[in-house]
Amino acid sequence: MSRTASALTPALAAALVLASAPARAAWDLNLPPPVTPLAAQILDLHNLILWICVVIFIGVFGVMFYSTYAHRKSRGYRAAQFSHNTRLEILWSVIPAVILVVMAVPSTVTLIEMEDTTRSDLSVKITGYQWFWEYEYMDSGYSFYSRLSTPREQIENRAAKGEHYLLEVDNELVLPVGKKVRFVLTANDVIHAWWVPKLGIKKDAIPGYVSEMWAVIEKEGVYRGQCAELCGKDHGFMPIVVRAVSAAEFEAWLGERAASAAGAAETVTETVTIHPGAAVSDVDSTVTVGG
Amino acid sequence: MASIDTTVSHDNHGDHAQPYGIMRWLTTTNHKDIGTMYLVFALLMLLVGGLMALLIRAELFEPGLQVLDPARFNQMTTLHALVMIFGAVMPGFVGFANWQVPLMIGAPDMALPRLNNFSFWILPFAFTLLLGSLLTADGGPASGWTLYAPLSVQGGMGVDMTIFAIHMMGVSSILGAINIIVTIFNLRAPGMTLMKMPLFVWTWLITAFLLIAVMPVLAGAVTMLLTDRHFGTAFFDPGGGGDPVMFQHIFWFFGHPEVYIMILPAFGIISQIIPTFARKPLFGYDSMVFATAAIAFLSFAVWAHHMFTVGMPLAGELYFMYATMLIAVPTGVKIFNWVATMWRGAMTFETPMLFAVSVVFLFTIGGLSGLMLAIVPADFQYHDTYFVVAHFHYVLFSGAVMAMMGGAYYWLPKWTGHRYNETLGKWHFWLTAVFFNITFFPQHFLGLAGMPRRIPDYALQFTEFNMVSTIGAFGLGIAQLLFVYIVVRCIIGGERADARVWEGAEGLEWTLPSPPPAHTFTTPPKIA
Repeated sequence: MSRTASALTPALAAALVLASAPARAAWDLNLPPPVTPLAAQILDLHNLILWICVVIFIGVFGVMFYSTYAHRKSRGYRAAQFSHNTRLEILWSVIPAVILVVMAVPSTVTLIEMEDTTRSDLSVKITGYQWFWEYEYMDSGYSFYSRLSTPREQIENRAAKGEHYLLEVDNELVLPVGKKVRFVLTANDVIHAWWVPKLGIKKDAIPGYVSEMWAVIEKEGVYRGQCAELCGKDHGFMPIVVRAVSAAEFEAWLGERAASAAGAAETVTETVTIHPGAAVSDVDSTVTVGG
Repeated sequence: MASIDTTVSHDNHGDHAQPYGIMRWLTTTNHKDIGTMYLVFALLMLLVGGLMALLIRAELFEPGLQVLDPARFNQMTTLHALVMIFGAVMPGFVGFANWQVPLMIGAPDMALPRLNNFSFWILPFAFTLLLGSLLTADGGPASGWTLYAPLSVQGGMGVDMTIFAIHMMGVSSILGAINIIVTIFNLRAPGMTLMKMPLFVWTWLITAFLLIAVMPVLAGAVTMLLTDRHFGTAFFDPGGGGDPVMFQHIFWFFGHPEVYIMILPAFGIISQIIPTFARKPLFGYDSMVFATAAIAFLSFAVWAHHMFTVGMPLAGELYFMYATMLIAVPTGVKIFNWVATMWRGAMTFETPMLFAVSVVFLFTIGGLSGLMLAIVPADFQYHDTYFVVAHFHYVLFSGAVMAMMGGAYYWLPKWTGHRYNETLGKWHFWLTAVFFNITFFPQHFLGLAGMPRRIPDYALQFTEFNMVSTIGAFGLGIAQLLFVYIVVRCIIGGERADARVWEGAEGLEWTLPSPPPAHTFTTPPKIA
């Protein structure tokens, strides 16, 4: 009884919300618009495979539904008694195999490119913690923490939710456009995964491991993502925000930040003591091994 | 195919010596009673796991935290999966095997009846332990059913209870599997050669081998977890020279064959139902057997496709991509064979057939999204999102669970001697199929749009499809109460079913009266 009642309440609420949906227009059906060449390639690959699957599906089930319509006892259809057709059986083993090869070729090409992290312009080390991220520009050594900035009141429904609810942070990761950025990932406690859909990259950040991936962001803008590997209680509350700016703007920003961080060495020490990242520095030396 | 001798001559012979009431069920060694207990247990667990799913969906109805705090939410997603996999799907199929394997091969009972009793009675204790973890101070396991280390090292006593429960379930599964293999190899009626066995028996034979191969692997993984947690080992702790990724390799070496453990018996059930209602023999019997064996064999060689994002070497990623794609070929053969069985049959669409046809249709959606997931570059976008959640519910709910429901309608008249209410059965089918799709189809879009799985709260752009999904889930849940009602009504009474039950039914079980007496095939039937 109570289940029926509780099912009706959401249904009514949904009807109200769905009626006002155009305000947010979030009925997205596909991967988000890509902003890196890799993400664009993945989108093309995804669309190619999706459409091959759709065509196969319509073909096979076109036959099946025609059969369920035409070959009915109620239409007086008498059952045939065949149970083998060797030629047909070979055909429908070979054709799928050929289609698979067609899918495998572009997948292999894209994958090889994705795994090539050489010749990067700058490296950013990403460290996952329960439940926030640390970013370090490896060339300058400047690092900072990045945490969820959505107020508690919004999560607990005591205040209206903002536009970027749960996808906003105190310190954004700033990156230059047009540069090959190599990301080096690790974690301090449990496994996390760093994922920004529009960049087309996701990889686990694993304690004791150093993994790599890369991106060339082609368009200035703010790109949002989330931790994608269950990492405990607040797994849903450690977002990622990347701000892509021009190379000049990036250099200016990083110079200023690195200088002020060096100037306030005390502050940095303090931060380090609060979040000891011992395991992270231990694995630094193995960075070159990856890939 | 077969004719029976004098199977029912001493009908109720053994019954008089049997204890009654609760002692009958505690001490029974009869495959039919044990089969019934497995099936009732599975149905109960389906409802428990379903209730957890509804709590999850209620929390996800809109952004913000309303129903569950994040810690409880993680416990619910973890236990929902464990209860459904180890409590509903696996025992459900063992129930079907207990009832059907002896009837289909002309055996008097399972080969090891006391072991059979023991392997069932482990389960209620295992699940008391598992669900009891929710009552501990730190709550139940919250690291997902995959129990990835190091996260699973962090939890409280609930995790230890889960580990022991998994050990017990593993023992139960292995004993059940041994029993099925021994029965099939030793108790077939004369003339029932392996290549004459009904496909359901074949799929279970192969599944039983998979169980024996991989359940010890899972037991090993969780035992290492236990010693890491309490006895100072560091199998999965990099600080002590261990490796968190090794846990995933071991887990998925069990986990991928496990996927086929949960689907091959479903393929078997479908392969019984479709020929019956198409009134036409199964197309490509031999290739069905070989495809099942090929799928089982390949299932040992593709495990790492569950973990493409851990940062494997390129060669590893390419190998696991190609090997995974290869599984599409034998799976495709099965789908084509079912369609070819229907082709030019004389079909009717009673409830079992409706379920069987929809399993072929909906499972294929899950199969094709599985093929998409095999494509590594694309998988980087899909991995750990709702796209994956949608994928495996298409495979496991509209594959395994709906196949079991179809199987229940198919054999209930045989087991109970009563016909179920066909109108209500059809209602149950349509409600289930429609609400299932309302629940899970939008989750593909959520995943593509960027919603990770296993999160208790989400960004605003995911609201609409989550609401649709939650409405579907409550519809799906309520529809299953109708299923319980239909089954109970059918057990209590209803129109008498004759021996054949279905016009197009073929096989030894249909030569027995409905319901069959406690002891059947005490002298082996003659196979034509």
